[in-house]
Amino acid sequence: MGETEGIDSNQYLTFKLDDEVFGLEIGKVREVLDFTNVTRVPQTPEFMRGVINLRGSVVPVMDLRLKFDMAQAEDTVNTCIIITEIEMDGETTVLGALADSVQEVLDLEPEQIEPAPKMGTKLPTDFIKGMGKQEEHFVILLDIDRVFSVEEIAEVKSSAA
Amino acid sequence: MLDQQKEIFREEAAELLSDLEDSLLELEESPEDMDLVAKVFRSMHTIKGSGAMFGFDDIAAFTHEVETVYDLVRNGEVPVTKELVSKSLAARDHISSLLSGEDIDEARGEELVTAFQQMVPGQQPAAPVETAPEDLGYGLFDDAPVEPPAPVAEAPSANADATYRISLKLDRHIINTGTRPDGLLRELAELGPHQMVAHTGDIPSLDQLAPEECYLHWDIILTTDQGLNAIKDVFIFVEDDIELKIDVIDDGEDPDADVDYMRIGEILLARGDITQQELDEILGQNKPIGQKLIDSNVVPQEKIESALKEQEMVRAARTQRKAQETATSVRVPAERLDYLVDMVGELVTVQARLSQAAGMREDSELVAIAEEVERLTAELRDNSLSMRMLPIGTTFSKFKRLVRDLSNELGKDIELKTSGAETELDKTVIEKLNDPMVHLIRNSLDHGIEAPDVRAAAGKQATGTVLLTAAHSGDSVEITIQDDGKGLDRDAIFEKGVEKGLISADAKLSDTEIYNLIFAPGFSTAKVVSNVSGRGVGMDVVKRSIDSLRGSISIDSQQGVGSTISIRIPLTLAIVESLLVSVDNESYALPLSIVEECVELTRQDIANAHGRHLVNVRDQIVPYIPLRQEFEAISEPPDVEQVVITNLNGNRVGFVVDQVVGQHQSVIKTLGRMCKDVKGLSGATILGDGTVALILDVNHLAKKVEQEAA
Repeated sequence: MGETEGIDSNQYLTFKLDDEVFGLEIGKVREVLDFTNVTRVPQTPEFMRGVINLRGSVVPVMDLRLKFDMAQAEDTVNTCIIITEIEMDGETTVLGALADSVQEVLDLEPEQIEPAPKMGTKLPTDFIKGMGKQEEHFVILLDIDRVFSVEEIAEVKSSAA
Repeated sequence: MLDQQKEIFREEAAELLSDLEDSLLELEESPEDMDLVAKVFRSMHTIKGSGAMFGFDDIAAFTHEVETVYDLVRNGEVPVTKELVSKSLAARDHISSLLSGEDIDEARGEELVTAFQQMVPGQQPAAPVETAPEDLGYGLFDDAPVEPPAPVAEAPSANADATYRISLKLDRHIINTGTRPDGLLRELAELGPHQMVAHTGDIPSLDQLAPEECYLHWDIILTTDQGLNAIKDVFIFVEDDIELKIDVIDDGEDPDADVDYMRIGEILLARGDITQQELDEILGQNKPIGQKLIDSNVVPQEKIESALKEQEMVRAARTQRKAQETATSVRVPAERLDYLVDMVGELVTVQARLSQAAGMREDSELVAIAEEVERLTAELRDNSLSMRMLPIGTTFSKFKRLVRDLSNELGKDIELKTSGAETELDKTVIEKLNDPMVHLIRNSLDHGIEAPDVRAAAGKQATGTVLLTAAHSGDSVEITIQDDGKGLDRDAIFEKGVEKGLISADAKLSDTEIYNLIFAPGFSTAKVVSNVSGRGVGMDVVKRSIDSLRGSISIDSQQGVGSTISIRIPLTLAIVESLLVSVDNESYALPLSIVEECVELTRQDIANAHGRHLVNVRDQIVPYIPLRQEFEAISEPPDVEQVVITNLNGNRVGFVVDQVVGQHQSVIKTLGRMCKDVKGLSGATILGDGTVALILDVNHLAKKVEQEAA
């Protein structure tokens, strides 16, 4: 596949949560699924929606809205699951992220990307790789590895105990 | 390409080394067994040979020293001693580390080389001329003194068995050059099963016989998997003094070759012993061809005999090959098998969907097809799962070594007995069992079995015994580790349990309950922390590893008599028969093997129990765990709930669910890293409709509730 060098590519998949537009490096995205039946896993944090069957593998799905302390939304026809491959302790883990809707694949040159602002966003700045400028709008480029980092597992652990 | 070959060599050598370890340990017990010595020698020889071939020169050089000593042992010049075996085991370990390229201790290697060199009693004088007469008897008598090496399985050459006709004529004066013909023949004999015929026709009458001349020549039929070069190598130093003709008469490649081989006349013809004309003439007469040939004096009797032997050998080789055809094995990387099992797992899932869909359509033809698919899938599943099954004996032999080394270290005399080594278990299970088993055996040796003098004082045999058994029982395998040591100290455990706050001082516990305390985290009774066990990783780690294999462990003991630890492990980790239930609109699966029965739980029952979670099943009180509460359900419970009564290590525990759905073949999937710390769930499975159901870890749930109640 050509997009395996995606780490360095300038393409981003954009999606919406509420009114905010987010971007993910295309290399981290494996596929986008329609919303399907998610099996809830008891004793996990609220942002963990549950698990789905991805062609025979059991893949956990996270609700990014809840993860980012936004209000939970009703699932609509546009709701989709972005299947990402994240690095966790040096291992690749497949993980689904729930988004309100997927927008487009965006080309962003390095000069179109500004460093993450120290304040002003609702998200912890750790999660943000940079701000992409798309005409008059900003796209929040996520560092998805950080979003579900080791501390997150710890959180899963402590709330499960 | 070379890397790939090196990899193959590594694998093969690892196998050889493990065989070697077994042979050495056996040899230690029966030092007189020359077959074992030969086996050890062959292993060393193969490691050396193929090591050199694939560029592992260090291994070849090192192994050479050991091989030299075993060659002498084989010839009865060096005795098998305990020290020799110990050194050989150390050498085996050294080869193993050279092979892996890890923790190479060069000083140790040199030390061993010196030790082995010292075992060689002086340099052997170059080929003595005086030849023992019986040694020359090779082929003169039908029974060759050197047993053909037992089934060639030990010589893991990639080559197939091939049969060669070797015609050997030595120079008359070859003995004067210091060559021993019997040595050559013996070397040849080691290559594989063989038949030799010596031709004595050239021996002159006694008055003309020069005793230092060689008048014999030989026909040898040899079946070997070592290839033509190995045969030529035997004669490498005498090439100039012999007439050697080697023909491949059966290359071993053609599995369809008829068992029948050429007729005797054809063989002689092919050897050039008779001409077509002579053969035709004789064929005119009506006796068995062999007899006719002898009668007609065209061919001397021994030539016929030799040809007959050729016929016999090739027939035997071909018959054997036919028989083995089905038993031949193929080396397949483990991950390919894992992939196959994964695919079968998916197939099982799809098949379940098909059956479900067919049932709903009410189309009898479709139902018939679905049933056929179901049958095939079940067969395919069983078959592919059985491919990953290995006999547990592979680990047992490792333990033999462990016991040997440890008992030396501890100054105790301990014997390990095993039974049921052929019991088969999933490969992954065997691998994961290794560490806990090592720990348990160490424990038995260190804490269980007493020192010889203590044993003698207690009126026991000085030699302690650890008995390792494995046996199938239902869909699981039961492994026991039994020692005849001092047993567990019931009171000491009880005290310690109280001290650690695990139990209250006035608790009334059965013996089993007390013994099982040793599996609690942070429990260790050993007063002195020794090198062997008690390094902080206690029995709780063992317990956890067994739990992770969905197994159970229990201990039984009698003070002064010994302890028995029993481990039950499911046959496979991949698929489990389960009972599907629903709680709060989600599906969950429980392993069917622990389910005893299902009973109803009405509101009235709950009210009657006055808030206690107990249900009356045929006058027996069974505690239950309401899963709705456990999983923080939000929806309203149904009017009548169901209690699934399970048997957990002898205790009956109920699990309250909304509904019992039915039986399900669950292909076990891991929940992945994100959920690995979720307690009470051991995995997930995919249902017929494609949704995910979670598999309950009933043991853990029960324990958790128990702890909360305490």
